[in-house]
Amino acid sequence: MIRGIKKGFTKVFMLYYDGFRTMTIGKKLWTIILIKLFIMFIILKIFFFPNFLKTKFSSDAERSDYVLEQLTQPNTN
Amino acid sequence: MLGTIDLSLVDWSRAQFALTAIYHWFFVPLTLGLSFLIAIMETIYVRTGNEEWKRITKFWMKLFGINFAIGIATGIILEFEFGTNWSNYSWMVGDIFGAPLAIEGIFAFFLESTFIAVMFFGWNKVSKKFHLTSTWLVAFGSNLSALWILVANAWMQYPVGMHFNPGTARSEMLNFWDVLFSPFAVNKFLHTVTSAYVVAALFVLGISAWYLYKKRELLLAKRSIIVAAVFGLISALFLAMTGDGSAYLVAQKQPMKLAAMEGLYHGKKGADLVVFGVLKNDAHKDSLDNFTFNLGIPKLLSALGYKNSNAFVPGIKDLVDGNPKENIMSAGAKIEKGRVALAALASFKEFKKLKNQTKADSALGVFNANSTYMGYGYFDTPESIIPNVPLTFYSFRIMILLGGFFIFLFMLVLYFAMKNKLESKKLLLFITMLSFPLGYLASETGWIVAEVGRQPWAIQDLLPTAVATTHIGTSSVITTFVIFAVLFTALLIAEIKIMISQIKSGPEGGDHV
Repeated sequence: MIRGIKKGFTKVFMLYYDGFRTMTIGKKLWTIILIKLFIMFIILKIFFFPNFLKTKFSSDAERSDYVLEQLTQPNTN
Repeated sequence: MLGTIDLSLVDWSRAQFALTAIYHWFFVPLTLGLSFLIAIMETIYVRTGNEEWKRITKFWMKLFGINFAIGIATGIILEFEFGTNWSNYSWMVGDIFGAPLAIEGIFAFFLESTFIAVMFFGWNKVSKKFHLTSTWLVAFGSNLSALWILVANAWMQYPVGMHFNPGTARSEMLNFWDVLFSPFAVNKFLHTVTSAYVVAALFVLGISAWYLYKKRELLLAKRSIIVAAVFGLISALFLAMTGDGSAYLVAQKQPMKLAAMEGLYHGKKGADLVVFGVLKNDAHKDSLDNFTFNLGIPKLLSALGYKNSNAFVPGIKDLVDGNPKENIMSAGAKIEKGRVALAALASFKEFKKLKNQTKADSALGVFNANSTYMGYGYFDTPESIIPNVPLTFYSFRIMILLGGFFIFLFMLVLYFAMKNKLESKKLLLFITMLSFPLGYLASETGWIVAEVGRQPWAIQDLLPTAVATTHIGTSSVITTFVIFAVLFTALLIAEIKIMISQIKSGPEGGDHV
């Protein structure tokens, strides 16, 4: 049974390995994907898109308090 | 109350969200529709054993792969924006959106990510049937992940299965099935995915028409055209059917959106559906003649919206000023009730803080009695509930006219393809090539109708868009708007360039995915 599982894993690994190895246009696409993900998750998410409520308040109680204040006095900063 | 909010911040936040959503939607329809077209083509290959179908499948799969790779994760940016720019909204809907979006993540990850590898790398490595199953699972997986986000959007148009908790300021889910199977969710999913199928069918038709025009890849083009035209025709007819269902739902639950879609300022019994029309620049609810020109089908709007050709369809004036004869409450009365709800919510919060339970309970009672109108309490004038009428009106006309044109085009192309005469119809081939961008135009204008038409609401009747916004600096929103505009434009140019080079190379030329 263990041999069967090993064989299965090897087969899956080889599927991915051969697939990635023989890619041509895929390499160009992966480059685009990686650059895009870097810009999105490393630059945009960290520097431009912090989660406002998570970074500004430490507990859900504080967050709900703040949002309730926003809902009842929406001009409050 | 809204008069004190920085509206330029709200407008920039909206513009940023609209920009990212519109760009995201350039990639999504091809993923949703092409995945099924590829699965159908591969099924024909597996059933017939004809190698030409394998070649056809692999060619379209390559273009699908390019679109999938470049479009991947563009939707995540919308989630970033929820947390940063729409924090009040995100907090309020967190409980409702959490489950659908978590399910979306699981489905997207396991179904798409796992089986897409088999789809691209598994040719000759797994059995034909397993490969075909993987292709179908990619198609179902991508469509299922679209289901959850569309359920979330439908909930914003028609919030059901939830209860607003005034203690936590969150909408809490009461019944998941009510959210999932709300008529808005079912209709929105079916209408949106079928619109994506039409776009994908036009994509296949457009490229195949180009091959025929250039007298290249004739067999691939002819076979692809038949599959795409049949798939497109069925989808476009179903799209029209679900559009009819959508009109009915909008009439029942979002009458202001329907009035804006039709430029209907004054309600009437047996209302016409405007086919063509030009609104006057100074169109206004108090003016009796708001069209420079219009051509309508008598009583059709009443018939579509209320299943009764003599039914009264409220106009913008009826919804703003009220119409006691038709039992329509004025926006002014709703605003009064909304203000009572908001004042009670503020009192409830204060008494809870002071630990005065009796007064808190009393305030809660007042809030609950008026909470249906809570969102109206933010508006300064009754006219604030009117969306952008010209944008909604013209977008709706463009969508409908193009939808009708596509049905005609699919029928025409299919007819000549079946007669094997399409190659000689140069004008038709040319029109078919041009129709692909029109598919996008129809699809994007559909979104404009759905989203601009429901303004000023982020959540219908509960939360205006202006209140949903986070109070951050406008300059930071402008900066990210520009970054997104540059990033997405670069991605789109990259996709178009790679696609064009692969299409020009044809199935044998070009590269492997």
